[in-house]
Amino acid sequence: MTPTLTAAPVLSAPLVVGVAIAYLAALFAVAAFADRRARQGRSVIGSAWIYALSLAVYCTAWTYFGSVGRAATTGVWFLPIYLGPMLAMVLAWVVVRKMVRIAHSYRITSIADFIAARYGKSPLVAAVVTLITVVGIVPYIALQLKAVSSGFAVLTGPAGAAGGAGAAWWQDGTLLVALALAVFTILFGTRHLDSAERHEGMVAAVAAESLVKLAAFLAVGAFVTWGVFDGMADIWARAQTLPGLHDLMRLGGAEGSASFGYAQWFSLTLLSMLSVVLLPRQFQMMVVECVDERHIRRAAWVFPAYLLAINIFVLPLALGGMVLFGAGSASQAETFVLTLPLSQGQTGLALFAFVGGLSAATGMLIVETIAVSTMVCNDLVMPTLLRLGAFRAQAGGDLTGLLLAIRRAAIVGVLLLGYLYFQVAGEAYALVSIGLISFAAVAQFAPALFGGMYWRGATRLGALGGLLGGFLVWAWTLMLPSVAKSGWIGDAFLTHGPFGIAALAPERLFGLAALDNLSHSLFWSLLANVSLYVGLSLWRAPSGREASQALLFVDVFARGRSAADPIFWRGRARPDALMALARRLIGPEAAAQIFAAHAHTAGVADPTADARLVDAVERRIAGAVGAASARVLVAAVAEEEPLGTADVMEILDEASQLRVYARALEEKSRSLEAASAELSDANAQLRTLDELKDDFMSSVTHELRTPLTAIRALSELMVDAPDMEEAQREEFLRIIVAESERLSRLVDQVLDMAKIESGHAEWHAVDVDLAAVVRDAVTATRALAQARGAEIELAAPSTVPPLKADPDRLTQVVLNLISNAAKFVPATGGRIAVQVSADADGVEVRVADNGPGVPDEDRDTIFEKFRQGGDALTRPPGTGLGLPISRRIVDHFGGTMWLEQRQGSGACFAFRLPYRPKKMEETP
Amino acid sequence: MTTNRIEPATGAAADRGPSPQGLAALCGAGVLVFNFPLLMVWDADVSVLGLPLLPVALFALWAALIAALAFASERGGRAPGLRPLPPGDDA
Repeated sequence: MTPTLTAAPVLSAPLVVGVAIAYLAALFAVAAFADRRARQGRSVIGSAWIYALSLAVYCTAWTYFGSVGRAATTGVWFLPIYLGPMLAMVLAWVVVRKMVRIAHSYRITSIADFIAARYGKSPLVAAVVTLITVVGIVPYIALQLKAVSSGFAVLTGPAGAAGGAGAAWWQDGTLLVALALAVFTILFGTRHLDSAERHEGMVAAVAAESLVKLAAFLAVGAFVTWGVFDGMADIWARAQTLPGLHDLMRLGGAEGSASFGYAQWFSLTLLSMLSVVLLPRQFQMMVVECVDERHIRRAAWVFPAYLLAINIFVLPLALGGMVLFGAGSASQAETFVLTLPLSQGQTGLALFAFVGGLSAATGMLIVETIAVSTMVCNDLVMPTLLRLGAFRAQAGGDLTGLLLAIRRAAIVGVLLLGYLYFQVAGEAYALVSIGLISFAAVAQFAPALFGGMYWRGATRLGALGGLLGGFLVWAWTLMLPSVAKSGWIGDAFLTHGPFGIAALAPERLFGLAALDNLSHSLFWSLLANVSLYVGLSLWRAPSGREASQALLFVDVFARGRSAADPIFWRGRARPDALMALARRLIGPEAAAQIFAAHAHTAGVADPTADARLVDAVERRIAGAVGAASARVLVAAVAEEEPLGTADVMEILDEASQLRVYARALEEKSRSLEAASAELSDANAQLRTLDELKDDFMSSVTHELRTPLTAIRALSELMVDAPDMEEAQREEFLRIIVAESERLSRLVDQVLDMAKIESGHAEWHAVDVDLAAVVRDAVTATRALAQARGAEIELAAPSTVPPLKADPDRLTQVVLNLISNAAKFVPATGGRIAVQVSADADGVEVRVADNGPGVPDEDRDTIFEKFRQGGDALTRPPGTGLGLPISRRIVDHFGGTMWLEQRQGSGACFAFRLPYRPKKMEETP
Repeated sequence: MTTNRIEPATGAAADRGPSPQGLAALCGAGVLVFNFPLLMVWDADVSVLGLPLLPVALFALWAALIAALAFASERGGRAPGLRPLPPGDDA
């Protein structure tokens, strides 16, 4: 690549390197901060926005540099790579949420793990997926290295050209970049010894990088559009004058829309649609690192919006660059992001743009290598070690260190492979073409992965056949031609086919020449893939383990984490052997935690581990070494019974029966709870009633005893003294009669109350003039009041509209209130004010006195039976039934009675009766 | 299989979100407008505000799709009429 296009000022290499290192250090600080917060339990990444930004790891150096290059040569053809993710994210809430639920339920840590777990935790499937990933992703890693090194070269000018001829290997900038990134990634992703599945620090750093690359690209775009030119329209106006640029913005360019490659357009959209989920780094960010599946809902539109934002200035940059540097500069358009600011003397902006590109490349490299290294460790190296018996040789030792060492080696290995590819084939292809090769490789996962999530009948054999078939066709039709075009192997087979068989020519299989090589490869590889996947799946029925995993995956939403979920495992295992295994792989604390949680759920410490404990241990181990390896490890320490399809059905039956029992139990316990709450309510009510009855008994007997004592004493006196004076005797007899009347009045009231309460009272409703009733009552009680030294003041209209009520009962109420008031007025200067007033709805009667009033604490209970105002020792005699009876009478005629709040002294009782009661209250 | 205690089945908590049918329809619409033959509608030698029609149309459609998805996602519920509401599901 030609480093610079103009005699622009260049930056010194140490400055650029220094800035790059400082930027990576800042990133590291972000990651360290997020990790520390995660350990404190105060995660900084628990937001849908961070999640959406972390998905933007999709935008690599390919986007950052490559899009402008592609736009400069082909116009709108840079767009399908971003329209695909847009369309995919529309379905994210349905599809990705299911993937996240599955991955979190079964502690799945990579795409190889996901697919292998679905097909009976098959180590072979895991290994195949891992191999395809490694082979397919290496060109992509090479692409990022190429971008960083050529960007560096552009910035520093010819003197700093990376990998220039004649430079010693240690002066090779790309190799140094690869090694520096390896160190950085090791520090980032494999720092912890607990080999946790999640990397909060990495997510935070990638989100920060996404912001930086967006800001940098927008800054350059805005500078070129409005700083160098006068807006987008100005760029287009000037670009149209250049030869060939006018047709760039049309489908099919100069030849018209008929020549437009619709098939390729569709292929690119489909490819990117699949890649946004299936690329190892996308799977890592979207599924494994997802903190909360509800975040998907917002990220589904924020992430496409990010893609839109980062693409807004692609065309202005491409066209603007060609206007400035001439139409012939299209081949160098991939560095326009750097060369445009440089040509304007904006070295600072160019440096910022370089940091943005560095962000794009390093973000991708870090996540991709962490994801791939996890797959290599769990699905290639560990199974090999297990098979070789190396694992048993160091029995008892802690394996977390070994796991981390394998992962670190894998990171270095993957990056070096990328470097190697860059050296072999890097110069031959433009950035975009390299990326598409990787896209097409991971697209081979689609049938096995998506099919497995929705089709129970898919089998391990079908998945293996589809993956291998698709991969071989991909390698033959896309990978090998790319290697051949780089001149590394002879390219004769491209034109003439292998051994002269033209029908097998890689880019024209069976003479299908109408498609471009990408669509051609995608068509044939996916055709082979899907055919083998479906055909082989239908050919043989799934085994027990495949069937059980299929159920767990397809029906993941139907199962909560309850005890009624089926556990597809049969056999016997010793808890201490499981414990030892768990300790070695996840550390003693986490192991102890599993057993404690199980003991808590199961209730007792079982001498033999049950299926649920084995399942819990296996799931946790799966988080560290992958589902397939976990299966092998657990099988080694347990005596297992082989699982047939019939067993699976039986376990499923048991589970659904359990589920039914659990639901029934839940229902029963809920209704029991409700019943017991009702019972305790009723009990409390009874208790209160009982207390009231006791109060009543003591109150009534007290009231009965007073007159009885007087009657008895006087009678005895008269019996003992037959010669008593006539006047004395008469006086005594008068008192006896009065006390007897008091007695019978009391008994009458009690009976009255009982009648009203039981609903046997008689009511005679006629038209009543309440004013007349009150007037009569006042007249009747005037003497009583005067006996106590009180005056009654009556304020009433001569007549009020008639009410439907029982006049005797109403008289009883008014008498009650007045005599009540008379009891409490002071000995001298007592005053009772009775007031009648009528309005449109009814009549109100108030009886106020100037006595001590009702204490606040008695206000609420004054209308209850046997509650008498005041102290039991000092209060005037009474039954405590007057007010309750009065209130019930008023209630019966649809009215209300209350105690008025009054400032100052005295009590004021009032009641109100409507002309037309809403409904006669059912007595009581 | 032995279980000493049976926990109450938790049941899938109602997942509130856009309706799957609505999303599928939106995705289908997206595939249609971004491919043959609807793409040809925008292939004309016309300027919009001084800009070529094709890229402007593509970006506008893209933005519209994002807006529709954002609307469907953030509304919090499912589109009315697309799916009968199970009892107690739409709190």
